[in-house]
Amino acid sequence: MSDTPLIRAQNLSVHYPLRGNILGPAAFVAAVNNINLEIAPGSFFGLVGESGSGKTTLGRAMLRAAPISKGDVLYHDGEVDFALKNLGKADLKEYRKRAQLIFQDPYAALSPRMTVRDIIAEPLEVMGLTKTRAETDARVREIAAKCRLNVEHLRRFPHAFSGGQRQRISIARALVSGPKFIVADESVAALDVSIQADVLNLLKAIQQDMGLTFLFISHDLSVVAHVCDHVAVMYLGRLVETAPTRTLFSSPRHPYTRALLSAIPSLDPDDRGKAEKLEGEIPSPTNPPPGCKFQTRCPFAIDRCRIEEPVLESADVEHNVACHRWQELAI
Amino acid sequence: MSRLIDVENLTLQFDTDEGRITAVDDVSFSLEAGEVMGLVGESGSGKSVTAKSLMKLNPRNAVYGPDTKITLHLDDGPVDVMSLQNDREMKVVRGGAISLIFQEPMASFAPAISIGDQMVEQLLIHTDFSKVQARELSVEMLDRVGISDASTRFGQYAFELSGGMRQRAMIAMALSTKPKLLIADEPTTALDVTIQAQVIDLMKDLVSEFGMGIIFITHDLGVIAQTADKVAVMYLGRLVEQGTVRDVIRRPAHPYTRGLLAALPTLDDIDAPLTPIPGDIPSPLERPAGCVYNTRCQEVIGARCATQVPAFSQVDNEHMAACHLYDNNEGTA
Repeated sequence: MSDTPLIRAQNLSVHYPLRGNILGPAAFVAAVNNINLEIAPGSFFGLVGESGSGKTTLGRAMLRAAPISKGDVLYHDGEVDFALKNLGKADLKEYRKRAQLIFQDPYAALSPRMTVRDIIAEPLEVMGLTKTRAETDARVREIAAKCRLNVEHLRRFPHAFSGGQRQRISIARALVSGPKFIVADESVAALDVSIQADVLNLLKAIQQDMGLTFLFISHDLSVVAHVCDHVAVMYLGRLVETAPTRTLFSSPRHPYTRALLSAIPSLDPDDRGKAEKLEGEIPSPTNPPPGCKFQTRCPFAIDRCRIEEPVLESADVEHNVACHRWQELAI
Repeated sequence: MSRLIDVENLTLQFDTDEGRITAVDDVSFSLEAGEVMGLVGESGSGKSVTAKSLMKLNPRNAVYGPDTKITLHLDDGPVDVMSLQNDREMKVVRGGAISLIFQEPMASFAPAISIGDQMVEQLLIHTDFSKVQARELSVEMLDRVGISDASTRFGQYAFELSGGMRQRAMIAMALSTKPKLLIADEPTTALDVTIQAQVIDLMKDLVSEFGMGIIFITHDLGVIAQTADKVAVMYLGRLVEQGTVRDVIRRPAHPYTRGLLAALPTLDDIDAPLTPIPGDIPSPLERPAGCVYNTRCQEVIGARCATQVPAFSQVDNEHMAACHLYDNNEGTA
């Protein structure tokens, strides 16, 4: 990427304490471990992995909504430069305007006691972005229209809306402060396919229209393949592979990425039994295996994998993979 | 193959404060032993209610239509499910001939009773096993579904198991009474894709081993393509298309099925645009007249669609669609 990244994780780790005794926590869980990641401005960047891989924690750390234990996240949008780890109160407030989150569950994310207008207006009022009610209303109407909500909708309460409409309300709320960077955490996972397609198309349209940068967190590789331009694959708190979408899906290098792709149920009934099966489950992050974190399930693991942890290395332009054996396995 | 269940004219309504809601509208299908039927549709299409009504597992405000007939063909002869009145009579069907697997295994196990005790309890109700025999069978079933160290897991609680493990335990429990029919309601939706692949494999193995019929409820057409023999597509309480899995997925006949497939992201062509079905699924309180899909359909062919309910027409051999595109009897009302 020739552009300066909008946001960059540098050796980023997020550790959570485990319950201990009066002398302090017993140990720490490395939910995110030593991650380096760059997201270019205007990118729709996908982050995939199974539950427990740390993708939500990474997304939250990039919003400073999870504690940064080691390393840092650097944000640069041409107007401001922030290093998130030690961001002051005033700067953090400013960062909140520029970086927003869209949640997974559109039923839980909206207060049932507030009208849609008030839900969308709340960030403006909290952040003091508008001075008069008329100004607030104008801004709310403008952003609602972008999210295909009409004036009539604004007067109602969330219960009157379907899942897809509620997700559009969540999106409007995230966009109202005029952010540059959006983390969308499983934002279409709870939706039916038809509504999912509608919301995905809306996100893409808004991204292009408003020049936004997205970190799109999802467990669904088919969705990621369709909307993202770059993808990073996570496993047990580590990045195992990053690449432009087309490269990742046409020539995946890491055995885990391959297994994930292979496990997606094909729409062709004659493909039955063709999938390469991955045995076992993701290990607990409280007790990660030594060496490569994937070695316990990897069909290609050798002794070296059980001792030495691989680091991300360049396999091709913009294509990085963390595997000791990617070269011999790439045929 | 022998016939396992016949569902004829299943209609189910709910009395609510806002009026009577039709959840299932004149649904008919049948299933052979050893056959897997996928029941597909969006949220609110009535697929779970349909499956649950095969065991009359519905709340008190449920009203069945007068023509509803559900016949379960058991070894001792046919059972008319609608005629079963109380819980004691229903025992033959619920947990006996039919087992149910839910989407969320965490919510389906009692949190304060060990997995093993729950498995034993249902075996004591449905079989004449002793406690010792029930325990042996339960451990054997846990082992059979790929849970390592089954006798330890037997004594554990639901929270001590991972999501995939819980779903395996749920399957072990559902199959331990040797049901004739297994209803799996979104059994893999909450699972990661690699675990989903394992569970699908397991279910396929078990079908061929036990020879039971499965009704597999899901919104995921990929899962259907990999598991089902035949498919029924539901929209707003009505079946709109039925056929073999190859027919329905490769040559979808009903505009709704075509819409579902066009909205689905696939890896075969990642540049293909995702085409949503326009509009939202109507509220069950405001069911459209005529074809239930006419308010969103891209292929409406005239006033008929908004006035006349389409019957099933044959598209091909076993392939049926309830759509006016395929019926040639213009005059019938």
